Amino acid sequence: MLPETLQENELAGGLAHGELTLQIEPDDILAVLEFFKRHQKFERLSTVTAVDRYPMEPRFEVVYHLQSVARNLRIRLKASVSAEIASATAVYAAANWYEREVFDLFGVVFSGHPNPKRIMMPDDWEGHPLRRDFPTHGFKYSYGEQK
Amino acid sequence: MSETITEPVLHQEPEAGGSRRMTLNMGPQHPSTHGVLRVVLELDGEFIEKATPEIGYLHTGIEKQCEALNWQQVITLTDRVDYLANLSNNLCYSLAVEKLLGLEIPPKAQFLRVLLAELTRINSHLVWLGTHALDMGAMTMFFLTFREREDLLRIFEMFSGQRLMTSYIRPGGLALDPPRGWEKPVKAFLADFPNKLDEYESLLNANPIWLRRTKGIGILPVEEMLEVGITGPLIRAAGIPMDARKMTPYSGYEKFDFNVPTATENDVFARYAVRMAEMRESLKIVQQALEGMPEGPTRAEAHRVVLPEREKMKTQMEALIYHFKIVTEGIAVPEGEIYQVVESPRGELGYYVVSDGSSKPLRVHMRTPSFANLQGLPNLVEKRQISDSIAIMGSLDFVLGDCDR
Repeated sequence: MLPETLQENELAGGLAHGELTLQIEPDDILAVLEFFKRHQKFERLSTVTAVDRYPMEPRFEVVYHLQSVARNLRIRLKASVSAEIASATAVYAAANWYEREVFDLFGVVFSGHPNPKRIMMPDDWEGHPLRRDFPTHGFKYSYGEQK
Repeated sequence: MSETITEPVLHQEPEAGGSRRMTLNMGPQHPSTHGVLRVVLELDGEFIEKATPEIGYLHTGIEKQCEALNWQQVITLTDRVDYLANLSNNLCYSLAVEKLLGLEIPPKAQFLRVLLAELTRINSHLVWLGTHALDMGAMTMFFLTFREREDLLRIFEMFSGQRLMTSYIRPGGLALDPPRGWEKPVKAFLADFPNKLDEYESLLNANPIWLRRTKGIGILPVEEMLEVGITGPLIRAAGIPMDARKMTPYSGYEKFDFNVPTATENDVFARYAVRMAEMRESLKIVQQALEGMPEGPTRAEAHRVVLPEREKMKTQMEALIYHFKIVTEGIAVPEGEIYQVVESPRGELGYYVVSDGSSKPLRVHMRTPSFANLQGLPNLVEKRQISDSIAIMGSLDFVLGDCDR
């Protein structure tokens, strides 16, 4: 059974190129992940990532790819957020590093994450490189300034 | 032994009545981390209490750069993600873009892609075997596997002109037609390699040091492996026949007859056995691809997407115009998103590609197996001896370029 909160919200999404996508309300994400893991045998979280739709609002789409090995199915969940979403680590341990990566490169905050630190960039880095408004070239940084 | 290279960085005061705890920095320049991985180990004597992998030393912003390049230029970056399995990466990205474009790939190109992807798997497993055995003191293996790897690199060079960064599989087919007589070195490799595999096994399977250091080491419950996202030979050595080539066949894999090797012991030795068996299965697939190789073109018929043949470009005006437009403007890929999965030598390789309809990708996310497998490292090494961590890290077979991107 789908969680009640989810049934109230209208589920958007559909099938494209043979892949099922569900658009989820950000507040429901934990309930939905829990539902797919416990009741639908989606035992794996393949990846968590984000897409920056700048200048749209809310600008970030957090994207989850789940896989059921037993049923040989894959599903994609998407939640549009402007800055913050609950951490999926409580449901899938694999989300840990992926959420750190999304935080590091996009600046999306995952509330309740056990170790909310940067993973790719240095700890004292300023900015989030994968945002669309972060330049590809010419970011103010030079090796000479380091101590 | 390589463990003696790292120096302790911090000595903690011994607790009253307790044993002495020590924090040890393994890497980022440690030979057995195969790249620039740093693992902070908290030790209690010889036992690892806590392991914290620190990654990002090889972060090159490939995903960011993908957004600045044309769809067809991104291929060169996919080579540089996992530099031991570049053709698997080429293939995964090409399949994703082709799905968005709705392209039909000619059978000959599909067969050649499968053939090259399997040779890539053998190539990657050879590097893994050589370095893994080298870590464990069996130095000879390294020279033997790199001898055979040389044959494979020559084959890649013959196809694409490059040994490592091939960029040979492209959206729409292959970069070039294979050169005349390309079957000869591939057939020679097929005839030769089974004996070489036997030679490797004769050196390792009865080697007491190898057996003592691999059997019963690095066991993790299957549920925990699925939970942290471990895929590939590791999960197959734990008894789950998870293989994208069978579960969601791509590029015509459903036409080939092969097995997915599994083991149940779930230790370092089982991972070695699975990878050795995979190389034999790959040989079977290459053999079938050679025998059943269809005739025909190696590029799809799509003027607006695929570069025209050189000859046509010089004789037909339309071909010249299309060539000019593809090179200068790039190809317009319809709006949409794809999560394409292939079975790379290291496990599930997924490309999540998003298009907004323009000539550049909106987002290319690479779900790389090394990143996910490394996340499971603390679960695998904690509460175990430090010398076992070398064997376990070797059995994970990560590539740091693949991990950090």
